[in-house]
Amino acid sequence: MDENIALTETTYYILLSLYNPAHGYGIMRQVEELSGGRVHLAAGTLYGALNTLCEKEWIIQLPYEEGSRKKEYQLTDYGLEILMKEIERLKELVRNGELVLGGIRE
Amino acid sequence: MKERKTEYRWFWVWDFEKEEEWLNEMAASGWVLADVGFCRYTFERCEPGEYTVRLENHAYDETYVDFMRDTGAEPVGRYFQWIYFRKPVEMGRFDLFSDIDSRISHLDRIGKSLAMIGGANLLIGIVNSFGPSHLGWVNLLCATLLMYGLGRIHGEKGKPGERTQTSRIIEVFETGLQDNTAVFFCVCNTFIPPVFIELKGKCDILR
Repeated sequence: MDENIALTETTYYILLSLYNPAHGYGIMRQVEELSGGRVHLAAGTLYGALNTLCEKEWIIQLPYEEGSRKKEYQLTDYGLEILMKEIERLKELVRNGELVLGGIRE
Repeated sequence: MKERKTEYRWFWVWDFEKEEEWLNEMAASGWVLADVGFCRYTFERCEPGEYTVRLENHAYDETYVDFMRDTGAEPVGRYFQWIYFRKPVEMGRFDLFSDIDSRISHLDRIGKSLAMIGGANLLIGIVNSFGPSHLGWVNLLCATLLMYGLGRIHGEKGKPGERTQTSRIIEVFETGLQDNTAVFFCVCNTFIPPVFIELKGKCDILR
């Protein structure tokens, strides 16, 4: 169903930054870095999104590391599949955009 | 110990953005929020503009607060369903919501609690109007007010500048639902009390 809907920028970047395990603040910093400072993820938004993505099983929460109170998350195989599909979709958009408008820039 | 001062101020729940604005004006003038209570705001001295203050309607939950701490935000107090945070400006930008969906779901949370308390007041008001107590109208008044608040919160969603396609779809979908509910309750509350006061003498049920 909703797997075919385009991901929001927030979701896309969260999934991408969870290819390797990360905790909340780590995700925020990675997203900012990946997007060259353009995308700023607010803490409340991120917290809500992480819970939703866990429910959808696109990501999982890793067991607590000893002595740490930080929750870590990681992309699931299913989540990776969603991400790959989205990347294909985005490529198509870019391909078509350049196909039609490519000549203008040259 | 830092110099402290306390101020008393009343904000309606639907004016939480104004409340936040005021708290940030205080922080900009060198007084940062240190504690909250019923209409009570305790401030402590800080460098002018040292902190950003944010407040959020969120069921208190340690995991969430820990999560916020991890991002550099410090919880300074909570009152009812509201948590107040502050974060030093030098630690970076501090916002609670960065997309329209989470902003809407925050407003929905506030709306839900307003609707719940409003509904409860309506019920208690009706029951009290039947019984020997003369205070039923108080609850009905509260219910009217809360329903008005619900309408205000709903209105926030349609604020110009934040109109995206998503919010517009939700708006269209909900206008039929929520606004009518609010109007319905307000109209009901206006007419119900006299009717029930009349009935009151005749039936002593529900008490």
